Amino acid sequence: MIRLTVNGRDHEVDAEPDTPLLYVLRNDLALNGAKFGCGLGQCGACTVIVDGAAVFSCLTPIALLPGRQVTTIEGLGTPAAPGPVQRAFIAEQAAQCGYCIAGMVMRTQALLACTQDPSEQEIRGGLNPNLCRCGTHMRILAAVRRAAASLRAATQAKATTPANAAAPVKAATQ
Amino acid sequence: MVVAIGLISLRMAPTVRPRFRRRGRFVGLPLAAAAAAGVIVYAIIRPPEIPPIAPPAPTSFATTEIARGAELAAVGDCAVCHTMQTGHTTQSGRPFAGGRAVPTPFGRIYATNITPDVATGIGGWSLAAFRRAMRDGVDRAGRHLYPVLPYPHFTRATDADIAAMYAFLMTRQPVRQATPPNALTFPFNVRALLAGWNLQFLRQGEFQPDPTKDAAWNRGAYLVEAIGHCGACHTPHNLLGAEKNHQALAGGEAEGWDAPALQVGSPAPLAWNVDALATYLHTGFQAGHGAVAGPMAPVTQQLASAPDADIHAIAVYIASRMPPAQAARTPAARTPATPAPATGAAKPAPPITADAQRADAQRADAQGADAPAASMFNGACGACHAADAPMTHGGAPALALSSAVNAPTARNVVDMILHGLPWREGHAGPYMPAFADALTDAQVAVLAAYVRARYSDLPPWPDIEANVREARREGGGT
Repeated sequence: MIRLTVNGRDHEVDAEPDTPLLYVLRNDLALNGAKFGCGLGQCGACTVIVDGAAVFSCLTPIALLPGRQVTTIEGLGTPAAPGPVQRAFIAEQAAQCGYCIAGMVMRTQALLACTQDPSEQEIRGGLNPNLCRCGTHMRILAAVRRAAASLRAATQAKATTPANAAAPVKAATQ
Repeated sequence: MVVAIGLISLRMAPTVRPRFRRRGRFVGLPLAAAAAAGVIVYAIIRPPEIPPIAPPAPTSFATTEIARGAELAAVGDCAVCHTMQTGHTTQSGRPFAGGRAVPTPFGRIYATNITPDVATGIGGWSLAAFRRAMRDGVDRAGRHLYPVLPYPHFTRATDADIAAMYAFLMTRQPVRQATPPNALTFPFNVRALLAGWNLQFLRQGEFQPDPTKDAAWNRGAYLVEAIGHCGACHTPHNLLGAEKNHQALAGGEAEGWDAPALQVGSPAPLAWNVDALATYLHTGFQAGHGAVAGPMAPVTQQLASAPDADIHAIAVYIASRMPPAQAARTPAARTPATPAPATGAAKPAPPITADAQRADAQRADAQGADAPAASMFNGACGACHAADAPMTHGGAPALALSSAVNAPTARNVVDMILHGLPWREGHAGPYMPAFADALTDAQVAVLAAYVRARYSDLPPWPDIEANVREARREGGGT
């Protein structure tokens, strides 16, 4: 049994330690947002966040994960209440077939957590590991820019609201 | 060295003297005298400015000379340092416009703009000024250049080749882009000290061919020593950053990576030969050795456009220095070319399957490698590096053949795990994802130790975690 912390919840998983996190997410935890694309770390469809950084869950055996925090796209919001990055992807209609989008969203979430105001080059460099076969890259890039702007606006709004002035900035930006 | 010492005291005098004066005049006085002597000596030996010229018209150069200059610039990798990079090995700036920070043990030095822009590049440089920079390490204005510009190598180039490179650079598109100031620690930010460095370490004079060797060997030796400056990375350096000439190509370092020895001491399990070297240098990949990585990757990208004959000549020269074919140091069972000898009665080797791979890992466990490490390897690396993984069908060699795995230090394996082989936009080629974000320092160290134990017969590396911390600080070598 290996203990995993996914989206803030602890799970006891009965799987071999070399099992990729992706398989455990989809087969054991019914978190089907992350997709199997290539299984080789080449496409990014399986991207999730571990300790704040985007990683390929297909190449992350669960043996690496005790004591670490895993976040999947299910941890960012729900269909009824999507998170800010998810809202930006919906607003820009960035998905065509949608297979790559969960990975794109997670990669974006990790990028914006450490780079509040990314340049075009930083956005393109940051999303470089993720591929889209439909070719909606221009809309995906627009979604990232929109998400960055909305997160910055939210941060500024909270910083200027007296009630939240004492709250740490980290909480506002997740 | 006398000059260098005098110059050090010259620069120290203004800051150090007041403190000394409080303690007593007798200490300050000789220091001031030495400083004054330094000033006088440097005033005498300081190279003069070479007057600027109006940029020569591109049509004033023969096209054949420009083309030859382009070939030499490719072998000399001018664009590698003199082009801005963002991210790992991805060149994104305007070619030759400079701005790339080159890390040195003394601080960061920014490669200059060598496009023919008058204000920020070399547009006002005459051929004489360019030749002086290449031969003496002094810019048009008379300032000393740092030997991170490999003028100790370029000084061996022929006049004709320097003129050809000048013709090539002066016919590029001028780019107005100022070079950021260097970030060097004192006293290395004092350019005048390089006069002393040059006295000590710069040996001028054109390359002299060896009459006992053939034309290809001599051409290769010339390209390696005078143009390609392979020794800038592959030769160990002394504390003042000069190459140890008696250990030429004995292995050095570059941007946090080990540059392996190109002679006795080469870590490659399969001996290099002319054909293998030529293929590797021209394409960045060779089936018996693997893919180029780290700071060597942009070098081979440049060499891709070098003439076949020059690549062959370089390969001839390097191969002549390499150790002769040696018995494979790694277990035959682990190389793809020679299947595991079956125990007991002779029978065909079993097909390599995922189960066989798992059994192999379990054998490794039984031999002493610990199970957690095997799990990490199988889950994170096995998809590509296991026997019969899809990557191996593309011709990628087993890890047992990797120079990095068989190297004296863990640095290159650690760098590979952390930073991988990035995509190169618009080009097909080897790729490996970066694991810097997926693995903790301890996990990288465990994986590196496991790879060493399983794929090499050489002793374990000591203190791999120190290599991991250093590699994370270096951030991928760019």
